[in-house]
Amino acid sequence: MADASRSTPKPLSQGQGMTRRQGVGLGLLVLAAIFVWMVFAQWPDWLNAILISKKAFLSAILNGLTLAGLYFLVASGFTLVFGLMRNVNLAHGSLYLLGAYIGYEFAEWTGYWLLGVAAGFLILAVVGLVMQVLVFRRLEGDDLRQTLVTIGISVVAADLMLAYWGGTTYQILTPEWLSGAVQLPIVTAVRSNGTEVLLVYPFYRIVVLVSAIVIGVGLWALVNRTRIGAMIRAGVDDRDMLAASGVNVHVVFAVVFALGAGLAGLAGVVGGSALSVAPGEDVRYLLASLVVVIVGGMGSIVGAAIGALIIGLAEQIGLVYFPTYGVVLTFVIMVVTLAIRPQGIMGGTR
Amino acid sequence: MTMKRRTLLALTLATGLTAPGIALAQADTIKIGLLATFEGAFTVLGEDSERGAMTAVDEFGGMVAGKKIEIVKGSSDASPDSAVRAARKLVEQDGVKILVGPLSGDEGIAVKDYAKTHPDVTFLNGSSAAQDTTLRDPADNFFRFSTDGAQWMAGLGTYAYNDRGYKKVATVAEDYSFPYTQVFGFMAEFCKAGGTVPSKSWVPIGNKDYSSVIAAIPDDVDAIYVALGGADAVNFLSQYNDAGGQAPLIGGSITVDQTVLTAKGRMRDVLIGTPAAGPTADTNDSQAWKDFTAAYKKQDGAFPSPSLFAHAYYINMKAALLALDKVGGDLSDDGAKLRQELSTISFETPTGKVSLDSNRNAIADMYLTEVSEAADGTLVNKLIKVTPQVNQTLGIPTDEFLALGAVSRENPSCP
Repeated sequence: MADASRSTPKPLSQGQGMTRRQGVGLGLLVLAAIFVWMVFAQWPDWLNAILISKKAFLSAILNGLTLAGLYFLVASGFTLVFGLMRNVNLAHGSLYLLGAYIGYEFAEWTGYWLLGVAAGFLILAVVGLVMQVLVFRRLEGDDLRQTLVTIGISVVAADLMLAYWGGTTYQILTPEWLSGAVQLPIVTAVRSNGTEVLLVYPFYRIVVLVSAIVIGVGLWALVNRTRIGAMIRAGVDDRDMLAASGVNVHVVFAVVFALGAGLAGLAGVVGGSALSVAPGEDVRYLLASLVVVIVGGMGSIVGAAIGALIIGLAEQIGLVYFPTYGVVLTFVIMVVTLAIRPQGIMGGTR
Repeated sequence: MTMKRRTLLALTLATGLTAPGIALAQADTIKIGLLATFEGAFTVLGEDSERGAMTAVDEFGGMVAGKKIEIVKGSSDASPDSAVRAARKLVEQDGVKILVGPLSGDEGIAVKDYAKTHPDVTFLNGSSAAQDTTLRDPADNFFRFSTDGAQWMAGLGTYAYNDRGYKKVATVAEDYSFPYTQVFGFMAEFCKAGGTVPSKSWVPIGNKDYSSVIAAIPDDVDAIYVALGGADAVNFLSQYNDAGGQAPLIGGSITVDQTVLTAKGRMRDVLIGTPAAGPTADTNDSQAWKDFTAAYKKQDGAFPSPSLFAHAYYINMKAALLALDKVGGDLSDDGAKLRQELSTISFETPTGKVSLDSNRNAIADMYLTEVSEAADGTLVNKLIKVTPQVNQTLGIPTDEFLALGAVSRENPSCP
């Protein structure tokens, strides 16, 4: 009887305005409408005065999205490995940098950029596999030692890469068909003679964003729609139970680790083409993926996507509107997340 | 009795610990500390500065006043605290009495302040070029035979306004003392000539993604003045190229330096034709410069032409060695004679005569250049004009110059 009374909707709530859920939905709708207006309308002067210019604002948003795409590629592997193995792989940034250098070498050697990307993914996947078999399997269940060993690996790897490739800044050259800028159908300003100025944006960055979305959707489908994904999810929830039900967890671990490392390598090549490759990038991307995963929630692909989006946008908007304190913004977001929702936005409560 | 014995023991121990230091100092070597950025975003710059310093040491055959020169390296990452840490290690642990460095602007100010705490050590600048390293509150034992970032800009502002016809220029520069100094030097002339600078972007050092910054630059400027160094410059230039950059560029001294011109990337198109100014010009055809280039090229991994970092470290190291030679390598008076010699010395460098002013900052020739393609396809800074003997106050009387205020994000301003 008690159950029945709880499930019956209260008749009063229909008359008294909206429920909380409806309120949030309406709020989001209004925000979306404002955003759409900001993208397509011609800006009044007061808005230009506040946000520098429509071009600056939209570029910051677009750059934030591309950066988020890059961060997502790096952080998705990181979060998968952590979710499954409870192992914070602090050498993940080194995998990114190594992937970038290898991609550069292959692209230079073969002359095909796509081969560089493929090499970055495949070779780093193998490196990840080797790391899992040689290092992590030996230290299984010993979180602290695993973490310390990965720090050690990252320091040694950084120095080895510095010794081999030197301190020079490398730029992986994208092929002709990917470079150059395209005009987006968004009017940023109208000249006095009535011609419209369209937003110009580098084509390659749009490609980066689209590929990150495709890879993200692919990963989500892999984890949520396939048999191996079911194993991974089961492993995230209860490793011992998965092993007891006859699955060879070591194989699952190895596959996930290889995938995570490969994604980091891929991101290295893609990111090294959009920005550049230089010593120090490893720490930068490790830090970025740590923040992304903390904000998004450990072990969740959707969380990594949301975290990457927030951090990418915050970084770019900060860079344009308050460059001196832009760096702080990222960490403020992290601290606030930790204070309000310590498990991260999409993190489960375990 | 036990007390006395223990004191004795402590004394013996103390003597034992200090004795090697004394013994080393008296040996027939002279230790010189070399402080540069061998890590971080300015690694390439640091590597080339070492080549420059070693060119000077090799010129002396590794010996000065009959003593062997021993170089002790210290590494920083372009942050002031890392530079002080490295300087402290060189001075307090390695016991160097002469230190050449550091490389970057903020580092120079920090090391100058550290120098005040060790009046018995002689500090010579590396290539750091912030104005206030020597202009305001200088240290008596800090010498800069390379010039500062505002001096480097001599001739550029006037040239951009009069010869190139740029009336309205936006600036993009890193957010620390050296680029402030460079922007100051450029604007001092450019604004005086009648130009305006409506927008200044200051970006954190080590920033990777400049596309948002590029988008925020107003569309109606005639040119963009860029004062970024090393990896930052490479990132900006290639992203500016990708964004279909239309406005021509004006270069800060280290933006179009060999450390950037030799980087691998798609930025030739935006670079060629870029005017800049600095203490060196790659196509300088004086015999002294050619000899210097030839000597520099003997170093491992040398660029086609010495970068301004190699040049600055060379000049400062050479000044140290010349003065050491004059005093016969005698540092027994805590280097007082050496410093006396340094403050009056004047010598011919690959880029003309150098002497010091009363703040121990150099007066030297400056070169107005333009990036162009050499016959072998490499990019070089073609010499356009030499501005002779530029001093730190850019020819303005000292008190008038000081009244302009310290360089900062807002100073100078002419929107």
